[in-house]
Amino acid sequence: MATVTQAKGWTRDEMAQRAARELRDGYCVNLGIGIPTLVANHVPPGMTVTLQSENGMLGIGPFPYEDEVDPDLINAGKQTISELPLTSYFDSAQSFAMIRGGHIDLAVLGGMEVSEKGDLANWMVPGKMIKGMGGAMDLVAGVKKIIVVMEHVSKNGDPKFIPQCTLPLTGKNVVDMIITDHAVFQRPDHDHPFKLIELAPGVTREQVREKTTAKYEE
Amino acid sequence: MQKIYPSAEAALEGLLFDGMTIAAGGFGLCGIPERLIDAVQASGVKDLTVASNNAGIDNQGLGKLLRTRQVKKMISSYVGENKEFERQFLAGELEVEFTPQGTLAERMRSGGAGIPGFYTKTGVGTQVAEGKEVKLFDGEEYILERGIHADLSIIKGWKADESGNLIFRKTARNFNLPAATCGKVCVAEVEEVVPVGSLDPDCIHLPSIYVKRLILGAPYDKKIEFRTVRQREAA
Repeated sequence: MATVTQAKGWTRDEMAQRAARELRDGYCVNLGIGIPTLVANHVPPGMTVTLQSENGMLGIGPFPYEDEVDPDLINAGKQTISELPLTSYFDSAQSFAMIRGGHIDLAVLGGMEVSEKGDLANWMVPGKMIKGMGGAMDLVAGVKKIIVVMEHVSKNGDPKFIPQCTLPLTGKNVVDMIITDHAVFQRPDHDHPFKLIELAPGVTREQVREKTTAKYEE
Repeated sequence: MQKIYPSAEAALEGLLFDGMTIAAGGFGLCGIPERLIDAVQASGVKDLTVASNNAGIDNQGLGKLLRTRQVKKMISSYVGENKEFERQFLAGELEVEFTPQGTLAERMRSGGAGIPGFYTKTGVGTQVAEGKEVKLFDGEEYILERGIHADLSIIKGWKADESGNLIFRKTARNFNLPAATCGKVCVAEVEEVVPVGSLDPDCIHLPSIYVKRLILGAPYDKKIEFRTVRQREAA
């Protein structure tokens, strides 16, 4: 390649901020580990959003003060958290009935690869240690809207929004929106292709095209 | 009928055998039946199949049974943060049936509810679906998952009355409730045993019918995997 274009794009926190713009008043939302967790810091003022933690809690509060830390009160990432006045607790079967039953409005997850057909791979790299899928397969199968937040390219510079996933899938035809550090892609339903709907500041359409092998509408 | 036993060892007497299946509660290190895990370890029972969301961490929780090589197979959704697990798994010494978290919870729940299997969308089109029956409902694909029947359930609760009615605390409920129902025998350890009549019957999480044996496990030194806090703003 003669030129490597350096697109500026969004930071991790700005990607979370962009994802937070998809929140609506009254939503019950499940946030994955990593960048998705940061979405909680950007809930617009005046909007009530209830966060679900798949280990059995609706209404996640902020991290506790030092003297409030409670080993019996953790999120799905096993971090200590606090409760809110509206919090409820339940068991894992109830928690996933909530997820599988379509009662959660939105899930924001990380991704290793997303295909142009909306397949997601985010749980396993063959040959490396397999940690397991946790609740990710249940979330993508049951939650009404799935947003994947990920870097536009891998550490090696390889596109992550691609024609077909090369890694084992978490779910087939499940992704509704992709937010990368470069751009936002969306599709109206699972029968339509993704469309580029937004560019991060300083990023051009050409740069996105250069770093994307998936087919998408512009 | 006396359900309260003097120790974890006593409560497990006659229930353990090589090659058995154990369902265990807990999420990470939160709400794990640690006294009972210690007693299983001390018994030396081996070739265990353990259904548990996680496999403990190095030398904590079920990690203890891994270290002593008593586990043949894990049925789990997430097994990170565990070096010994990784070593045994990569060496082919340990079998793992990766099961999506919600599917695992429902497999326990349905096993305990006399439902031999159920159809779910979770895992359709992935490795999880391999070898499983696929059925169409209203034009959508679902896969058949089987209920889990364990020989023994080990769980951790907060308070129980002497009859075995039990309540959990905060997110320590997690898999303890479904796990309790899917074993032929459920042995529970709790932080406090109270007289019958002192728990509000409207607020029981696990009715006594499921709890066959009970021990007081206190005092507990509960472990935290990731301690995250915020600072108070200066007054």
